[in-house]
Amino acid sequence: MLSIQNLEAKADEQAILKGISLDIKPGEVHAIMGPNGSGKSTLSNSLAGREGYQVTHGSVTYEGKDLLAMKPEERAREGIFLAFQYPVEIPGVSNIYLLKAALNAIRKHHGQTEVDAMDFLQLVKAKIKSLSLDEQFLYRGVNEGFSGGEKKRNEILQMAILEPRLCILDETDSGLDIDALKIVADGVNALRSPTRSFIMVTHYQRLLDYIKPDVVHVLAQGRIVKSGGPELALELEARGYGWIDPSLNH
Amino acid sequence: MSASQEQIDNLIQKEYKPGFVTDLEADTLPPGLNEDVIRAISARKNEPPFMLAWRLKAYQQWLTMREPDWAYLDYQAIDYNSISYYSAPKVKEAPKSLNEVDPKLIETYKKLGIPLHEQERLAGVAVDAVFDSVSVATTFKDKLKEAGVIFCSFSEAVHTHPELIQQYLGSVVPPSDNFFAALNAAVFSDGSFVFIPKGVRCPMELSTYFRINAANTGQFERTLIIAEENTHVSYLEGCTAPMRDENQLHAAVVELIALDHAEIKYSTVQNWYPGDEEGRGGIYNFVTKRGDCRGHHAKISWTQVETGSAITWKYPSCILRGDHSIGEFYSVAVSNHRQQADTGTKMIHVGKNTKSTIISKGISAGRAENTYRGQVKILPGAINARNYTQCDSLLIGPKCGAHTFPYIEVKEPTARLEHEATTAKISEDQLFFCQQRGLSAEDAVSMIVNGFCKQVFKELPMEFAVEAQALLGISLEGSVG
Repeated sequence: MLSIQNLEAKADEQAILKGISLDIKPGEVHAIMGPNGSGKSTLSNSLAGREGYQVTHGSVTYEGKDLLAMKPEERAREGIFLAFQYPVEIPGVSNIYLLKAALNAIRKHHGQTEVDAMDFLQLVKAKIKSLSLDEQFLYRGVNEGFSGGEKKRNEILQMAILEPRLCILDETDSGLDIDALKIVADGVNALRSPTRSFIMVTHYQRLLDYIKPDVVHVLAQGRIVKSGGPELALELEARGYGWIDPSLNH
Repeated sequence: MSASQEQIDNLIQKEYKPGFVTDLEADTLPPGLNEDVIRAISARKNEPPFMLAWRLKAYQQWLTMREPDWAYLDYQAIDYNSISYYSAPKVKEAPKSLNEVDPKLIETYKKLGIPLHEQERLAGVAVDAVFDSVSVATTFKDKLKEAGVIFCSFSEAVHTHPELIQQYLGSVVPPSDNFFAALNAAVFSDGSFVFIPKGVRCPMELSTYFRINAANTGQFERTLIIAEENTHVSYLEGCTAPMRDENQLHAAVVELIALDHAEIKYSTVQNWYPGDEEGRGGIYNFVTKRGDCRGHHAKISWTQVETGSAITWKYPSCILRGDHSIGEFYSVAVSNHRQQADTGTKMIHVGKNTKSTIISKGISAGRAENTYRGQVKILPGAINARNYTQCDSLLIGPKCGAHTFPYIEVKEPTARLEHEATTAKISEDQLFFCQQRGLSAEDAVSMIVNGFCKQVFKELPMEFAVEAQALLGISLEGSVG
């Protein structure tokens, strides 16, 4: 599904990623762990095509296509979804309006007709229930005045509606209490399928108690320094990041 | 320049769709302004002597006045002698019905999306179309007549209802009010007249469409709306002009009078040609709009969406004279490229328990300057007067400016005022977020801006709200980053 080869990238003119290679197959969940400054966010943003992140070397192939040649919105329409660490507020634009506009943009890209308004409402109502959200939530401005937990749940709601093929969760667990974390994790788990893959970027092992990864990668100083099964995360938790990145020991 | 700045810039590039010229034979006075020109205008309109006297007096006052220079606007001095003050499509006799109107004119309005015939039949909106200086056709006259509503061109009203004109003309905006009001009073050639008699709720929306066509002409129209006791009327106004390299002057006056328990809702979608990207051409829009809540429990509400004009100088105001009267101002002003807008409102509280609300949304993109200028004045004795003001500015791109000048003058201790102001930028975060959900940068900007303007759009009548949203999209095409 996704093949990253020797990816090097700059953020704000500073070299951050120094040669990352990674293969993700359909249905797999990969966790990317690492200390602050290791390049986790740069990786997520480079894959999504955010401005300010410049790929200087390497290639990324997504479902046989050159991902790096696509504009951010094309990547999104092709099925790449980034759940943001800090979702922005868009005052005055209702949640349901954004959801519908986004879904229709994606459908149009695939040559499908616009979604019927009644069908859409039914679909959305079913999804918000599963995320323990109130119906009023749909008519509030996008993330306007939302709590941290509500913002993250809103990201998962968008993911559930847009049905992406590759989901990148950028520190989705940050700032969540344990109850909110469970709801978010349940939402993600419900979306797992043999055709959908996940990249979970996180600092802590905690999230992985709720969303079981197939592979864990440890990122340090812009490189993947270790890969393994879920047990790697536990070991990392026990021994600290100094175990794989001695520069953090002092 | 960053990639997304380029995108924004591309988005701001727009095409001005109503920018075509209609080829019509016109009766146009040579450029220049003097008493003879005013006499000629009055004679062409076959006006009674009181009108000519009123015009000449206004002209004498105008000669003693200076063009205001306090606005945050920068433009080349206007040469008032290079402008033609009267231009009218040539007709042998005044048209009695739409069938007699020059088909080219009907075609023009169709192109602008104002099919007069269609509207007559379907929409139930009565339209008065003003082309250059004269009113071309007023639809739906019969149905309005049944209700007792008078809706006709100003020049017709001068003949059919001179007593109403004499009683109300200039009673809200006297010619001496300001330089442009005096100029308008001297040379105005037409406009719309509305009279809602006691106890009548106007059965349909009234609408005027203004179009400047001829080159080197100014347009000076005058609208007078009188709502007697216990009435309601909703009035819509739209404006466009062809694309021309030279600037054209538009100096209109609108007077609203609301008596006891009368309500006037006045909505404008202004899309005068804004000039090109470099600021060549475009309309200079100097407009005086004022409503007088003369009776108790009267209500006047201004809603404006301003996307056009090279220069906008416009402050629709309310005098809250009657006790318990209400004034409202809802505004979206968009300026792009080199457009400059200095716009806002005045709320003058005179009566007891008067209330006013001001919601202003300014959007600037390109190298435009957008200024909100508002005055809230509470006079002694305006017991329990209340005002709520909210003015928000949205900046798109790094080269535009937003300015806010609120003037507040309170001479009544029981008054309560609230003022909120914000300035925001469409952030790279917001844009990226929308793009990451599959929207193009252009759709994202349009969505964010529409969200920003929502409070105002919901005040517009339905079909106008749709038009306004579309217009906003076009105005900001090429503005993302």
